[in-house]
Amino acid sequence: MSGVLSSSIGRKVAMAASAFFLMFFLLQHFVINLTSIFSADAFNELSHFMGTNPAVQFALQPVLIFGVVFHFVMGFVLELRNKQASVKYVKNNGAANSTWVSRNMIYSGLAILAFIVLHFIDFWFPEINHKYIANLPEDPSRYYGELVHKFHSPVRTGAYVAAFAFLALHLLHGFKSAFQSSGMSAKRAAKLETVSKIYAIGIPVGFIIIALFHHFNQH
Amino acid sequence: MDMNLKLKIWRQNGANDQGKMVDYSLSDVSPDMSFLEMLDVLNEQIINEGGEPIAFDHDCREGICGMCSLYINGEAHGPDRGITTCQLHMRKFKDGDTIYIEPFRAKAFPVIKDLVVDRTAFDRIQHQGGFISVNTSGNTQDANSLPISKHAADEAMDAATCIGCGACVATCKNSSAMLFVGAKVSQYALLPQGQVEAADRVRNMVAQMDAEGFGNCTNTGACEVECPKGISLDNIARMNREFFKANI
Repeated sequence: MSGVLSSSIGRKVAMAASAFFLMFFLLQHFVINLTSIFSADAFNELSHFMGTNPAVQFALQPVLIFGVVFHFVMGFVLELRNKQASVKYVKNNGAANSTWVSRNMIYSGLAILAFIVLHFIDFWFPEINHKYIANLPEDPSRYYGELVHKFHSPVRTGAYVAAFAFLALHLLHGFKSAFQSSGMSAKRAAKLETVSKIYAIGIPVGFIIIALFHHFNQH
Repeated sequence: MDMNLKLKIWRQNGANDQGKMVDYSLSDVSPDMSFLEMLDVLNEQIINEGGEPIAFDHDCREGICGMCSLYINGEAHGPDRGITTCQLHMRKFKDGDTIYIEPFRAKAFPVIKDLVVDRTAFDRIQHQGGFISVNTSGNTQDANSLPISKHAADEAMDAATCIGCGACVATCKNSSAMLFVGAKVSQYALLPQGQVEAADRVRNMVAQMDAEGFGNCTNTGACEVECPKGISLDNIARMNREFFKANI
């Protein structure tokens, strides 16, 4: 089996598997964040559950972090190996046969990585500090206030909006590509085209709306 | 109307030479010429001037053999679709055009000279399983006695039309050979004759593809667009399925 995972196809499918996991996580993250527009209480309740449930904290969270790290590391490894395999042309017309997003997944991925670092600094590190380092008393109603406070800054809001635009670019190719890598025929993958576009554009645009809503709705 | 062209052509004196683009001018090019005939005329001009003719691959000049290559104005086999370089005609260009002509580039396709590249990596992949072992002692089963669905027969035939020219590798930003290997795996995976050796075939061919140093597919789809035979990306997906079936 180790031979399978070190093969080019094995790496490709592993990349797709981690992408599926991250896309599922992104969807549930979006659904929870979306509640913050409609109900502070619902957002607080869901966030409190996610932040304190032992199964989420000690089983799902490590798997998520592994999934994120794996996807990035494997992405870099594949990019480096592909660079080693190729030789540059003096004149290359890539636009004649493929989309810009499909050829530049590494750059949209790097932008998302930079965003995740910012996101961890904004939310994840303070959360870990609150619960496990400073051991501050648990307050189930603090989450909504923390979220709204973060989107006070126009610079941070702008950075989030830009990052979600890169996320949309990444997903526009990545969603379909993950299905194809895992062996789905191009014809079936083509049928997913609409779902792919709805997910790739809908989720990032939704995140942008949430960020802008809280930025312009400061009390 | 005959055309006057500026040509920028890759010249490289062997695999260890660094190589460079060299400028040429060619007058009175007929739009009815094939691209390779245009290069023939240029070579005559170079020879008459006492120079070294440009080396380039060609054989049947009918789009069948897969020998001609060339990366023309940034595209494998030039700007037209569904053709090899030998089927490209000068009517696709305009008077005064500057045309860039480069060899198919990939680490696994080292330049032999000028525009000629070594594509024997494909042969070595084929040697690892791109065939079926048939006892030809005289009592071979008639292939027509095996029921095969029309759909499978058509898809196998489509995969088998791959001529192994290497345009898929040349156009892929990762220099991946997965369209080629996918087609060679698929043409047997779809037919009963290919089942007996299916697992070994896909395992060994993929291992050789990796050993040759080809890159990894990222599903840009450029290979399918530039393939002169229109080999579908479906063949890559099928190869992936066959590979996992063989290893689980």
